Amino acid sequence: MAQVVVVTSGKGGVGKTTSTAALGAALAQGGGNVVVVDFDVGLRNLDLVMGAERRVVFDLVNVVQGDAKLHQALIRDKRLENLALLPASQTRDKDALTSEGVTRVVAELRDKFDWILCDSPAGIERGATLAMRHADVAVVVTNAEVSSVRDSDRIIGLLDSKTEKAERGQRIPKHLLLTRYDAARASRGEMLKTEDVLEILSIPLLGIIPESQEVLRASNIGAPVTLANPTSSPARAYAEAARRLKGEQIRVSVPVERSGFFGKLFGRRAVA
Amino acid sequence: MNLLTLFRRRESAPVARERLQVLLAHERAVVGGSDLVAVLQEEILTAIAKHVAVDRDKVQVKLDRGDPISTLEIDIEVPTLMRAAVAGHG
Repeated sequence: MAQVVVVTSGKGGVGKTTSTAALGAALAQGGGNVVVVDFDVGLRNLDLVMGAERRVVFDLVNVVQGDAKLHQALIRDKRLENLALLPASQTRDKDALTSEGVTRVVAELRDKFDWILCDSPAGIERGATLAMRHADVAVVVTNAEVSSVRDSDRIIGLLDSKTEKAERGQRIPKHLLLTRYDAARASRGEMLKTEDVLEILSIPLLGIIPESQEVLRASNIGAPVTLANPTSSPARAYAEAARRLKGEQIRVSVPVERSGFFGKLFGRRAVA
Repeated sequence: MNLLTLFRRRESAPVARERLQVLLAHERAVVGGSDLVAVLQEEILTAIAKHVAVDRDKVQVKLDRGDPISTLEIDIEVPTLMRAAVAGHG
């Protein structure tokens, strides 16, 4: 049965789009039929991170409003044939999405794909609530930093009240994806530790993605980091997170980015 | 500054953790139920306005969210008793 996953955070710039692309590609590499959907109408970026910005013809708004068929707007990934992108509109605003239209499009996507990953816009307004509305499961992307944790807490509240599942009285599973994590700084008491964030937000951990230069390098070249450099530490962390999303039980380790002399030095210390 | 203070200065994560715990305990209560502080403020002002004229611009509301207790301070400028009595009859 198809799984609709919302990738959300409240705060902007924490890594929602990067994570949507990386998890989507990792799930597709695992064999599922995957679509990543950009709900950030007006400020689309998932197309850029996926490297498909020059192939966008129709978008989510066109499909929602009935100006284009779903298959016309879907963009097949050139690297993985079982990965597709449904881009957002760049010229319209989020009011162009109607609740009924989104419901219809998500239902259509459920027929075609095993995994539907919805990249939510930042904020707690209409765009964000529409992105989470039909989700079966939520990935809450958080940085170990006070404003991000606060906003995630707010988003968790919305997931428990504004989603279809919540309105039916069901519980929506929520997973924490801790991104841009610096294990060395956390061990020195300069950054909130994983346990701190987990204790405060009280949702299970999907993965810890280390702060890494590879993430920027991947977005520079327009590839999900899991495809751009599959052996890099963020790529491995995302690949494991994707397997956990599928229900596999894998122990979460704290990945350490090894780059340069100091990175190696701290890396060894954090591992020891 | 000795080595110990240097070490302590860097440990900002525990401060972040504590600030978040206190803040979120309050925010969850507010978002989950009604906005208790706003309701209290409104009802207190209404009760006082029944008896004396209250200038809304001269009401100061201070809130200090703490753990385990918070304080809500509502500072209302009340006209002197004479004027209040006149206002009450008028």
